[in-house]
Amino acid sequence: METAIAISGVRKTFRGSSLAALDGVSLNILKNEFFTLLGPSGCGKTTLLRMIAGFENPDEGGIAIDGIVMGSTPPNLRPVNTVFQSYALFPHMSVTQNIAFALEMLGRPRDAIRRRVAEMIRLLRLEGLSERTPAQLSGGQQQRVALGRALAPEPKVLLLDEPLSALDLKLRKEMQIELKRLQMATGITFVFVTHDQEEALRMSDRIAVMRDGKLMQVGRSTEIYERPANLFVAEFIGDANFLPAVCVERNGVGGRFRLSCCGEAVVELIVADANNIATGAKAVLVVRPERVSLAPLQSALLHGEVPEAIYSGSDLMLHARLVDGTLLRVRLSGAVDVPELVGRNAGFAMTGEAVRAFAV
Amino acid sequence: MNPPRARDLALTAPALLYLTVFMIIPLLLMLYVSMLERAPFGGVIWGDHTGVAYQKLLFERDLAGNLSFNGDYIAIFARSFRLAAITTVLTLVISIPTALYMTTLSRRRAAFVLFLVTVPFWTNLLVRNFAWILILRNGGTLDQGLQWLGLTRESLDILYTPLATGIGLTYSFLPFMILPTYVALERIDKRLIEAAFDLGADRWRVLSRVVLPLAMPGILAGAILVFVPCLGAYVSPELLGGGKSLMIGNLVQAQFGASRNWPFGAALALVLVAVLMLALLLWRFLQRRMVRTA
Repeated sequence: METAIAISGVRKTFRGSSLAALDGVSLNILKNEFFTLLGPSGCGKTTLLRMIAGFENPDEGGIAIDGIVMGSTPPNLRPVNTVFQSYALFPHMSVTQNIAFALEMLGRPRDAIRRRVAEMIRLLRLEGLSERTPAQLSGGQQQRVALGRALAPEPKVLLLDEPLSALDLKLRKEMQIELKRLQMATGITFVFVTHDQEEALRMSDRIAVMRDGKLMQVGRSTEIYERPANLFVAEFIGDANFLPAVCVERNGVGGRFRLSCCGEAVVELIVADANNIATGAKAVLVVRPERVSLAPLQSALLHGEVPEAIYSGSDLMLHARLVDGTLLRVRLSGAVDVPELVGRNAGFAMTGEAVRAFAV
Repeated sequence: MNPPRARDLALTAPALLYLTVFMIIPLLLMLYVSMLERAPFGGVIWGDHTGVAYQKLLFERDLAGNLSFNGDYIAIFARSFRLAAITTVLTLVISIPTALYMTTLSRRRAAFVLFLVTVPFWTNLLVRNFAWILILRNGGTLDQGLQWLGLTRESLDILYTPLATGIGLTYSFLPFMILPTYVALERIDKRLIEAAFDLGADRWRVLSRVVLPLAMPGILAGAILVFVPCLGAYVSPELLGGGKSLMIGNLVQAQFGASRNWPFGAALALVLVAVLMLALLLWRFLQRRMVRTA
């Protein structure tokens, strides 16, 4: 795969701040990729996006777009367009004029502009709204105009700065599908910024998880979810159980861990990837709630009383209190009968492949 | 919305009262005075109704008593409008870059520059215009400065010309243009400017396609704030124009003073008010049409 954006060793500290907004970020974003920068607020994801757009310059390191080193090239000369969080539609222009803006700046002939605008209006399902001003549009419509405006000049890369955060949940889910459809239809590289991990997992080809100006993990959605590189990623992405343990024995890459949350009972688990944790060292075992299953009491790995079960249609979330008080969360199919479990002692099992070990 | 009407009335009463006492009643008085016969030593003869004052605007009566067209007063009106228009354009040309510069400053610095803009208001307008006499007169500060620099040898002879009036008016009314223009520019969402850059606009086109159109309401407000009072300006044309290039304000003043023709003075003032109101109504009409077509 060809590289669309090459980011190498980028550092940035804002004036008046002692912390680096970006602290040595290197990243390759591929062509035709839906790439997401994910992280909590203040992690530097928006700064990185603004740097690609040309609104900020790195203190150190560089960014190349489509093989061309950008340096301090101003935003208007970069082959990228941005969809802003606030949409930033021009309030004094109609939908048509907004979408035509970038094309006019490129000096395209009138006919070509008219055709392209009509095409964008069709693509974004804005028929009948072309003469309205942004103030006369709903949030979702404004969002689509912002997309059309940014996509009209066929940029090499489309940057999206939390574009869905202002929409209500239903519209948001619709737009997630819409964005994915647009990205595949246009074949343009999308770089998407969000703090919503579910949104990121749903839409992205690859995700970069960021924290405090550093990259925590870069990988496909399934890698990020199933094989988090560190505790931060495991905690930030999806639900997870964190079980304290000690490494008892190493065996190749794998190892045997004794759980410290089971009181007197000796409960041991063989983990496929021990993550280089030394024998005798303390660790945290991470397992997703849906990778824990119910088991007969006699043969179960863990035992706990179930104080509550939360039914949400498609699935059933069990909370189980282990012997030392640790809460174990278990996601089961919604078909399981609830009253039978609540208030009872239940047994749980998990496989070694589903468990990730991290040193503490 | 359906608020209690009594409260609305109570809240607007002070303003309505003020306007009635100090604006509507005096205007009606002026209208009445303009239709009376002049008294020989100023004032009017009460009870004698005539349209002579309005006739005088366009026609003059020679010694034989025949009416003939006289364009003198029309010329003064035209000159006033021209000077007011030129002043408005000049203040615009100075204000827009100044206000743009101010928006790039930090909050504290912008507040300081804003303070500097308002400093001239601390001194009386008359005093400030006298100061301009010292600068512009033959052998004054400007002449001395230019001669010291070796740029000129002779005096520029600026004082008591329409140019001096223009300089004085531009100087006097500049803050009225800078303030609303700055407020309008400051209020523009900076993200719109970023969006315009992002979509490929260079600086000039960001300015012409996004910044100025969005600031237009403020700029127009400033233009009206300068143009309207400029039209009736009295001090600058009197002091700096030397009374040679009369403007409407000076003409009106003369009628109530030296010429002792109160009805004509009242008529002139009323015609000015009428013309201005028509101009503003036309302006609003055009603005609405512009908004509707845009």
